[in-house]
Amino acid sequence: MQIEHIKPARSGKPAGHLRRTLVRDFKMNKWKYLIILPVIVYFAIFAYKPMYGVIIAFKNYRPSLGILDSPWVGLLQFKLFFRDIYFWRLLRNTFCISGLSILFGFPAPIILALLLNEIRCSWFKRTVQTISYMPYFISVVVICGLIKAFCQTDGVFNDLIAFFGGERTNLLASKQNFYPIYVGSGIWQSIGWDSIIYLAALSGIDQEQYEAAKIDGASRFGQMVYVTLPGLLPTITILFILRMGGILNVGYEKILLLYQPLTYEVADVFSTYVYRKGIIEANYSYSTAVGLFNSVVNIVFLLLTNGISKKVNETSLF
Amino acid sequence: MKKSAGDRIFDIINVLIMLCLVLITLYPMYYVLCASVSSNTYLVAHPGVLFWPHDFTLGAYKMTFQHPLILSGYRNTLIILAGSLPLNIVMTLFCGYFMASKNVLFKKYIIFYLMLTMFFSGGLIPAYLNQRSLGLYNNLLALIIPGAVSLYNAIICRTAISGIPDSLVESAYIDGANDMVILFRIIAPLIMPTTAVLLLYYGVGHWNSWFSASIYIEDNNLLPLQNILRALLIANSDILGGGESVGDEYNSYAETIKYAAIIVTTVPVLCIYPFLQKYFVKGVMIGAVKG
Repeated sequence: MQIEHIKPARSGKPAGHLRRTLVRDFKMNKWKYLIILPVIVYFAIFAYKPMYGVIIAFKNYRPSLGILDSPWVGLLQFKLFFRDIYFWRLLRNTFCISGLSILFGFPAPIILALLLNEIRCSWFKRTVQTISYMPYFISVVVICGLIKAFCQTDGVFNDLIAFFGGERTNLLASKQNFYPIYVGSGIWQSIGWDSIIYLAALSGIDQEQYEAAKIDGASRFGQMVYVTLPGLLPTITILFILRMGGILNVGYEKILLLYQPLTYEVADVFSTYVYRKGIIEANYSYSTAVGLFNSVVNIVFLLLTNGISKKVNETSLF
Repeated sequence: MKKSAGDRIFDIINVLIMLCLVLITLYPMYYVLCASVSSNTYLVAHPGVLFWPHDFTLGAYKMTFQHPLILSGYRNTLIILAGSLPLNIVMTLFCGYFMASKNVLFKKYIIFYLMLTMFFSGGLIPAYLNQRSLGLYNNLLALIIPGAVSLYNAIICRTAISGIPDSLVESAYIDGANDMVILFRIIAPLIMPTTAVLLLYYGVGHWNSWFSASIYIEDNNLLPLQNILRALLIANSDILGGGESVGDEYNSYAETIKYAAIIVTTVPVLCIYPFLQKYFVKGVMIGAVKG
């Protein structure tokens, strides 16, 4: 009844109605808009303004001229980048570091969660969990400082190598050791923290499935592989998509702290190159173009994995 | 039910793996602790695996607390925390409260405007130029204002606020309270555990961050603790050994002071997190489900 009554008024005076709605909304939610205003302003200044600043990738930016008045150069910066002698090296290293981190780092917390789930003694389980979160709270600087100290010729790792009859070397200075050190320390840092989400998902698995598996004669290991793991699959898929979407997003902090000119050959990635070109050498337009290329490839990867996952197992982000 | 032999072996292997994990996780910190109270001469001559402290001394700690740059680093980090945390919490509450509100005409568009920044960003260089153009350079505000709110944390906050029954808020409206009063007098006290987790997230973030300071701060006296640690541990920079007040005495602790400095910067955080564990586990779940 009421709806029918209002309808003609709406179509009759749309502008007036719209104004009335706006005024009423503003009166009612005045405080809510006031509350969100600082947040909107903050994002305008610190997120949207830099997004506009990306146009310097298509310009020859000179600080004295400012963003607007610097001359346009079209795709020149990108052409220069694709011809850069380091382009292939950066691409290869980024994919290698990221790929290896995913290959070894992604399953690690899943395995930890599965194993923790099988521990019956609850105080032991809780203690292991608490300890496993610890590295997450230690700063990257400290972690890299320790890696550096442990990798020295007379450090802890070399003591172990010498104990097993190997030869002492400065591990961080050699190219072939960079990936194992980077990936290994990454797992050490995040295995506990990343397992939280899987442990949470585990509590949602139907207990009856375990009963059924037991009746069918599955061992504890069997239950883990045939009941628990499939139960985790949706969570694993979502996190895997997110991880793949960030495949070119190698964190620069650890690499900046660990690499040295000797290991640039294997350790230099897009983000560290952006840092060196942009911040150190003040080559702003060029480094912005490198960064933009990086993010575009990232988005493509996110959409690609999402699409594949939608086809294969009907779980997707969007 | 009787355990089969296979299950028993599985249990034993499982516990052994867990013990290995605990050992690998704890040993580096144990090593640091031992090294920090050992004598410098021993550490220089005999590094490598340490099982216990050698020639016990607290000299390195004394040196750490006397060093002007470590002290100024501590001071700067504390100033940054004191300035950022209230800002972080207020902005996150604002953002979370708005996201949880109902019957707001432009809510959808405003949330879209906010969320878009989670997927797209200008990147390092435009952000750097932006900050320099705003004058946020070589002062501590450069480390406080950017990063005032993280949307990931705002989503955690939104979820906590959504859990509060509507009737509570409505009765406050009837009593004539505005949203600001409701947010700070009614909602904030009710979501205390979530606020504690947000404080932990933001606090640990500020405490452990070094990169921003390394590009926005030029003055050594303004550097936060982590950047001093970086000079000490990674760069082997001489900014710490110089100066008249230190010098020879510093050099006699040059190796052990590194470890003492790690202990005094890392232990505060490591003492806090176990008490908040129950809450941050929940926080991770919320963030993962909604994000």
